[in-house]
Amino acid sequence: MIDETVVTLSRLQFALTALYHFLFVPLTLGLSWMLAIMEAVYVMTGREVWKRMTQFWGVLFGINFAMGVATGVTMEFQFGTNWAYYSHYVGDIFGTPLAIEGLMAFFLEATFIGLFFFGWDRLSRVKHLVVTFLLALGTNLSALWILIANAWMQNPVGSRFNLDTMRMEVTDFGAVVFNPVAQSKFVHTVSAGYVLGAMFVLSISAWYLLKGRNIDFAKRSMTVAASFGLASALSVVVLGDESGYTVTEHQKMKLAAIEAMWETEPAPAAFTAFGLPDVAERTTHYAIHIPWLMGIIGTRSLDRVLPGIGELVGDAEQRIAGGMKAYAAMQRLRVDRNDAAARAEFEAHERDLGYALLLKRSLADPATASPDDIRAAAASTIPNVPVLFWAFRIMVGCGLWFIALFAYSFWLSARRELDRRRWYLKAALWSLPLPWLAIELGWIVAEYGRQPWAIEGVLPTALGVSSVSVAQVATSLAGFVLFYSALAVVDAVLMLKYARKGPDGLGMWPPATPEPVPDHSVVAARP
Amino acid sequence: MPDYETLRIVWWALLGVLLVGFAVTDGFDLGIAALLRVLGHDDAERRAVLETVEPVWEGNQVWLILGAGAIFAAWPLLYAAAFSGFYFAMLLALLALIVRPVGFNFRNKFTDARWRGFWDWLLTLHGIVPALVFGVAFGNLFLGVPFRYDETLRLTHEGGFFDLLRPYPLLTGLVSVALLLLHGAAWVAVKSEGVVLARAERAVRLLAPAFVALYVAAGFVLYFGVTGYALQGGSTPAGPSNPLAKTVIVGSNWLVDSPLGGWAVAAAIVALAAALATLPLCGRRHHLAMFVASSVAVSGTIASAGLALFPFLLPSSLDPRSSLTVWDASSSRTTLGLMLLVTALLLPIVLAYTAWVYRVLRGRVSLEHVKQTHGMY
Repeated sequence: MIDETVVTLSRLQFALTALYHFLFVPLTLGLSWMLAIMEAVYVMTGREVWKRMTQFWGVLFGINFAMGVATGVTMEFQFGTNWAYYSHYVGDIFGTPLAIEGLMAFFLEATFIGLFFFGWDRLSRVKHLVVTFLLALGTNLSALWILIANAWMQNPVGSRFNLDTMRMEVTDFGAVVFNPVAQSKFVHTVSAGYVLGAMFVLSISAWYLLKGRNIDFAKRSMTVAASFGLASALSVVVLGDESGYTVTEHQKMKLAAIEAMWETEPAPAAFTAFGLPDVAERTTHYAIHIPWLMGIIGTRSLDRVLPGIGELVGDAEQRIAGGMKAYAAMQRLRVDRNDAAARAEFEAHERDLGYALLLKRSLADPATASPDDIRAAAASTIPNVPVLFWAFRIMVGCGLWFIALFAYSFWLSARRELDRRRWYLKAALWSLPLPWLAIELGWIVAEYGRQPWAIEGVLPTALGVSSVSVAQVATSLAGFVLFYSALAVVDAVLMLKYARKGPDGLGMWPPATPEPVPDHSVVAARP
Repeated sequence: MPDYETLRIVWWALLGVLLVGFAVTDGFDLGIAALLRVLGHDDAERRAVLETVEPVWEGNQVWLILGAGAIFAAWPLLYAAAFSGFYFAMLLALLALIVRPVGFNFRNKFTDARWRGFWDWLLTLHGIVPALVFGVAFGNLFLGVPFRYDETLRLTHEGGFFDLLRPYPLLTGLVSVALLLLHGAAWVAVKSEGVVLARAERAVRLLAPAFVALYVAAGFVLYFGVTGYALQGGSTPAGPSNPLAKTVIVGSNWLVDSPLGGWAVAAAIVALAAALATLPLCGRRHHLAMFVASSVAVSGTIASAGLALFPFLLPSSLDPRSSLTVWDASSSRTTLGLMLLVTALLLPIVLAYTAWVYRVLRGRVSLEHVKQTHGMY
């Protein structure tokens, strides 16, 4: 029998370590490309200031990268330590993208980050630029593979249950890699990281301008941030919409919960811009509806119907009944491998097997479930509606603000007026935490919205835990909280210290001797 | 695609390659950190010691992450049973390893002596703890770990962290610590000069005999005092990955009755010879050759353990039938074949650019250079 306390603590530990890890990774994703852009300008123009910009933002990048690496090791181990049954049940499919991530991405970024810092005097300009580019490529490839793994949890394609090994096994790895959910998720997630990277540079530079320090350095940095940030903010919203569309097809319950769509509405459904979802009454108070919008976003049509929560719970009851038949047939097959009738019965209901496992939370044998058990299990497929409803809306609100802010920054930078408006600089500075907020909320929408499933429709989260004791998980959770809090303090102190010192305080810029004007005549004279 | 049996043997060998990759590269990172306070007496000397690995340790650590990922992908049953079974041990190693990235990066960010002294102690601990934990874990493999599967292949464990700390695993833990310290000292000898180099050479001269003595002792105990497991039948090399199909007898001898026991002894002899060879090489100041020798010692030690255990990966002391072996703990044939293809394509590229990076960074770290710079990093 599953110990619910172990499940709760294990989930809490996974969520906390993942959310914490995800504070650092998106900044690495975005900042690495910005370093590559700045260094490329340096290589092309030969102007020393661009090299110094790469190095200065590189110092902050390094502090953040260390935290990302440190907290990432935990993630690679935690599936095994705390989610042993999950690892056993889906390792055949889920482990592969993780291993490829290590081979293709981690080695690339980790091997070249050392050269990024220590290679300035050992490498030619172009070679060093290549190193920076490979570092950025590595970080982004890692996002690709982990999101392929994650997308399979949301939309488990290309796999099948094997009765001999009692686990899911891969049938079509191509389908796992080219999972449509993976594609939209990847672009949406890396774009979110780029927005964070751009905001990081924009906000700190705005602070220098407010203080009247490092003017040229900061304006150049802001120009890069404005263009990179605008492109990324547009991409994150557009691809977020695409992500929403793929959710419609594969995770109808998640979509219904995000929209607090309690009952099925006639197409095209209205979008609820605001409201107070009430779980007990299954209704949304004070709802403000925008007609048609939800149907258009969710189905790209005016006539396809989006199912509401009530209808989806009814579907889940059907599938639980089917899953019980599959489970009973599986028991018979375990006794007699050659029972042809049982095999036919199993194959007929195989796709619902995961729904029978929902019953295992409270029953040792799902085949003995009463109608009440089934109704309770079906009701448990509703995620936390108010949390999803609000997390999604705040995330989208942030996204729209980013587009506005970066578009305005871009316009100012084109008019060379970045340092003219103090209210703008203050807005840019105080927007710094918002991308982090949006990113963490995005994780909550995607992963908390997947509950009660670890693998949508295949494996309930509660079943995935290890056979560890409450004391073990409580101790490790406390250990992580203490250790990570201490690291967060040190990280924040260092980030603030180096951001405050700035390129002037660190003696990086301006140089002691004036910058020599690059001699373009040599290039121009070439045939 | 190769047949299932071949793929399993190849992935068993690749598991060894990954462990060796981790121990040879990340091993010296752990070793130098553990020796940090011994090899460097003042701040400049310690920074010189750290700078021997600062540009490369992140790449080295990926061997560990890849190791975990590859075990997950190729040996999911082993990943699940070993990582959850060694719960606190894993946690301890993890927390220790988390210290390194932040320690290396944050230590030099303030000049305050207490700040740096604090991180030096943490870095020392971070070097010793994983070396000890991994050695203790290997020792426990020979004794068996208390876990069993029910008929739906759900895993349960008995026993806790302190049950791992039995005499034999503690001995193998010490073997591992001595070996990785030796390896770390050999690396510092390659990359340093002056007083730091002299201390590294002295450390090699002390640690090589210590490792040899501990390793021989562990071998004797394994031969005379540890009960082995033997696979009697029931599972076939190409059968489905279901541990419950087989019969296992307890009461054999790991070195004598193991199918590859002879090879295990041969690997052990290579490891011992290589460890002893560091002494004359140290005397003649052939530092790079000495480092190669310590790398061979590391590889031979891991190989000897893996070969003696074959075909077992994780024997169960609670229910020997639940033991995990090469024939019943792997992924499906499709996944193993696919992963082999990916590894064959990508690993040579990884090795090529890693070699290039080490070449770019070749040369010794001089104290004068360290004193002049305050660290870019």
